[in-house]
Amino acid sequence: MTKLTSLTIKEALDGLKKKEFTATELTEAHIKASEAAQHLNCYITETYDHARAQAKESDARYAKGEAKLLDGVPIAMKDLYCTEGIRTTAGSKILENFKPPYESTVSGNMFRDGAIMLGKANLDEFAMGSSNTTSAYGNVINPWQRKGDNKPLVPGGSSGGSAAAVAARIAMGATGTDTGGSIRQPAAFCGITGIKPTYGRCSRFGIIAFASSLDQAGPFARTVEDCALLLQSMAGYDPKDSTSVNRPVPEYFKSVGQSVKGLKVGVPKEYRVDGANPEITALWDKGVEMMKAAGAEIVDVSLPHTKYALQTYYVIAPAECSSNLARYDGVRFGLRVEGGNLNDTYEATRAAGFGKEVKRRILIGTYVLSAGYYDAYYNKARRVRKLIWQDFINAYEKCDVLLTPTAPTPAFAIGENEQDPVTMYLNDIFTVPASMAGMPGISLPVGLSGDGLPLGLQLLGRPFDEETVFKAASALEKAASFTHLPQSLMNKAA
Amino acid sequence: MAHALLKGETGDWEMVIGLEVHAQILTKSKLFSGASAAFGAAPNTQVSPIDAGFPGMLPVINTLCIEKAVRTGLGLNAKINLYSVFERKNYFYPDLPQGYQISQYQHPIVGEGEIEIDLPDGSTKAIGIERLHVEQDAGKSLHDQHPAKSYVDLNRSGNPLMEIVSKPHMNSAEEAAAYVTKLRAIVRYLDTCDGNMDEGSMRCDVNVSVRKPGDALGTRCEIKNVNSVRFVQQAIEYEARRQIEVIEGGGTIKQETRLFDTKNGTTRAMRSKEDAHDYRYFPDPDLLPLKLEQGFVDNIKSTLPELPDAKKKRFIALGLSSYDAGVLVAEKERAAFFEKVSNNNDPKMAANWVTTELAGALNKTGKSLDESPVSAEQLGGLLKLIADNTISGKIAKDVFAEMFASGKDAATIVEGKGLKQVTDTGAIEKIVDEVLAENPDKIAEYKSGKDKLFGFFVGQTLKKSGGKANPAIVNDLLKKKLSS
Amino acid sequence: MSIDINTVRKVAKLARIRTTDADAEVLTGELNNILAMIGQLNEVKTDGIEPMTSVIEMNLPERADEVTDGGIPEKILANAPEKAAGFFVVPKVVE
Repeated sequence: MTKLTSLTIKEALDGLKKKEFTATELTEAHIKASEAAQHLNCYITETYDHARAQAKESDARYAKGEAKLLDGVPIAMKDLYCTEGIRTTAGSKILENFKPPYESTVSGNMFRDGAIMLGKANLDEFAMGSSNTTSAYGNVINPWQRKGDNKPLVPGGSSGGSAAAVAARIAMGATGTDTGGSIRQPAAFCGITGIKPTYGRCSRFGIIAFASSLDQAGPFARTVEDCALLLQSMAGYDPKDSTSVNRPVPEYFKSVGQSVKGLKVGVPKEYRVDGANPEITALWDKGVEMMKAAGAEIVDVSLPHTKYALQTYYVIAPAECSSNLARYDGVRFGLRVEGGNLNDTYEATRAAGFGKEVKRRILIGTYVLSAGYYDAYYNKARRVRKLIWQDFINAYEKCDVLLTPTAPTPAFAIGENEQDPVTMYLNDIFTVPASMAGMPGISLPVGLSGDGLPLGLQLLGRPFDEETVFKAASALEKAASFTHLPQSLMNKAA
Repeated sequence: MAHALLKGETGDWEMVIGLEVHAQILTKSKLFSGASAAFGAAPNTQVSPIDAGFPGMLPVINTLCIEKAVRTGLGLNAKINLYSVFERKNYFYPDLPQGYQISQYQHPIVGEGEIEIDLPDGSTKAIGIERLHVEQDAGKSLHDQHPAKSYVDLNRSGNPLMEIVSKPHMNSAEEAAAYVTKLRAIVRYLDTCDGNMDEGSMRCDVNVSVRKPGDALGTRCEIKNVNSVRFVQQAIEYEARRQIEVIEGGGTIKQETRLFDTKNGTTRAMRSKEDAHDYRYFPDPDLLPLKLEQGFVDNIKSTLPELPDAKKKRFIALGLSSYDAGVLVAEKERAAFFEKVSNNNDPKMAANWVTTELAGALNKTGKSLDESPVSAEQLGGLLKLIADNTISGKIAKDVFAEMFASGKDAATIVEGKGLKQVTDTGAIEKIVDEVLAENPDKIAEYKSGKDKLFGFFVGQTLKKSGGKANPAIVNDLLKKKLSS
Repeated sequence: MSIDINTVRKVAKLARIRTTDADAEVLTGELNNILAMIGQLNEVKTDGIEPMTSVIEMNLPERADEVTDGGIPEKILANAPEKAAGFFVVPKVVE
């Protein structure tokens, strides 16, 4: 029998239905794998007992023939999702002991559908980062390594723990959140698939906010079909989120495997940046050929404001974050560091509770919103955002999806790109534009770099047209047939 | 009314006053959460994780707040903005859980309007409304529970408020008081705020500046959270005097936020507000812009009740004095009570009874109108007995006292005590004859020219009848008999 | 546009984050790099473009005026660093 931890979610659900194994067995196998992979630091909080209890309930449902969509599937939950009664830290010291008295809508949806939570996955503090090195709970190690080099690599971020857990086969799927690329970039770095759906598709209720107008929940898995199954459960209208859109959730898995004959795939010329990594460019060209070979029509398109997306992002996201993070004041929950008076207490608490990157973003955000700079920065960025959005709308007149690289480089080593914040920010150059425009985007592994690291391509779609994104992604997935495993797993298999 | 000028050492001064009134919108639940908005519960029992600013919590707007804000805007004769935006006002304070207040800034739901205020001398004055916007209330900090600590109760956090901003159109404490009184009456008529100033349902921030008549506006100070009409007057009077003294003493007024001390009637600068504020307003990304249909506004407009000014005009047309009409419409309940009493009764008489007899009795017993032992229907019943001559006006007062004490109907009391007026001329004539027979000397005096004694004969006759004889018949009979 | 160390200190104060002189110095450099990057937005012509608030094109959803929450003081206070008699407790606020 294949190892339970190498199954896809689809295969696992079939096996459970056929009683080839139980949810408890599947869960125990993943707990065992997690324990063996502790050095990767994927979890901030392990919730094995919780998982075992859930598995028991799941087995009972299978016994009664009442299994749900994701019944018995062990997953990792990004520690940005509030889970009732279970510590939720957002990767920050300021929430070290916070136990929410409520459940996030999306985690609740997944539990409703029988998913089993193995642990709260590590992440960049408050989802601010592209390497998972800003977590107050230590960095996550990417299960992949460069050929002939055992320097630990970053898993990407911010959903680094989630992506690494899925890549390391210690969870079958995981939740992430994507504000500027936090699902797609780590998916690319870890050689797995991750989708950021359209803004408004998944409820933000109970997910700790970073930048409210951008944050969007989405899943990681090892196949496009598994992502479709997970998103099916996560998505849906929530009256508790005023930006949740009330439209039915299609059966996404039905899009998987459908023909892309005649599908118009746009290739935006602005993503060919000066000094780009030639391996990435070559992979992109290969992806274009694969789509063409699958029957898609390739269309050259232009998204003229692409080069301003990152700048726009680094005004709007910090502005919103500076306000969203004002609630961490040591009054009602979280860390408090006593000072001589109230203001000292505020300042000491926030100085001790937030890490460097979070502080930088709060300060930038505070600055761009402050009197005298509001129009020059914040309103200017909101205007440019409109232009970026308009670019996408215009492009979708000519094509159905866009194909681009996910990240400008493969995974880098821990400690690299740390010399200056802006260098790190450049990691999100290809993912940020779709975030600004609220468009859905998926990243999937398409090839390896020369030194053996996974490289991902990104497919972007029209608002609420995740079905076409899944369809195109499954065609690309089939053509790429990416079966490489992280070295750590290959070593074990050997 | 001419501007009330203040005398200073260097001449006359004019006050310029604008008010920002925070009125809690009358709803069951909060502006953005489903927790109760009621007053007076145990601490933190009416708090949702949303009101406590917990991580990941999101606001969803209460539809009734929008409707009532529009309704109030229409009542203030103001422009309703079909497009408005909720923004975040960012600052740190222990009773502001999110670290920001969701308010409206650049695009309020209601724009400019105007109301008329009634001044003590019977004149009126138009006061401009600058805007009305909807926002969340903060929680409450208690500073007197512990020597080194403040206690925070978030029950009030997230309660729906309308901030109604006037133009600086008032020039005296009386005008400001009349403005608050009128605003309170309007929101109560509209049922959009209970106007209960004791419970903080209406709180005023008062902006005061002074200038020499004809000069440009002076620097203003804002006095925060003044919570009664009387305090508004006191605060303005004190603050204007203070500013004049500062200026006349060679100083300048610093634009600042001040607190009113209710104990000694003075104002003082707030220490916590000394830091320059930079609220960093920006559109709340958790909420979308609020777009209203004109039809929605028109619908609300078509259901607006008659407001105090219109009602007052109608009452005057019924024959009431401007003063009586003003007293009656000042409180929605009093006006409604009066309208019930005057149903099929003489309006002037009804007004008299409501504003004098009933008001007096309530006042004496410390009761409010809604606690009145005599209902409007019952008082109307009493007036009917007067109108149809069943009892005299004099007896009616005794009957009313009895009604007030027992809660019984007028008819029951009149019946039970046999107070029905005697209108049988024969029976009254007998009493008149008795009185005349008992007072031959008085008759002589009367006939010799002491006309005033006529009253004596009337009084004696009424007394002998136990007050029940119809005074008009007594008059007629006496006139006839004494002139013969 | 660039910012000096005093502006950094002022902004840190506004954001209630204690900053040592050494922190402020490092931050000044970092923030200036970030500001230099976002300053490139000035190259974009945005005349006549309305600032975008949300990518969602729908009306603000509303909820009915019903009491559906609250009545959970123990849960609200459970995570509080300091509490007494049902209140959150903070260092004394000077008004």
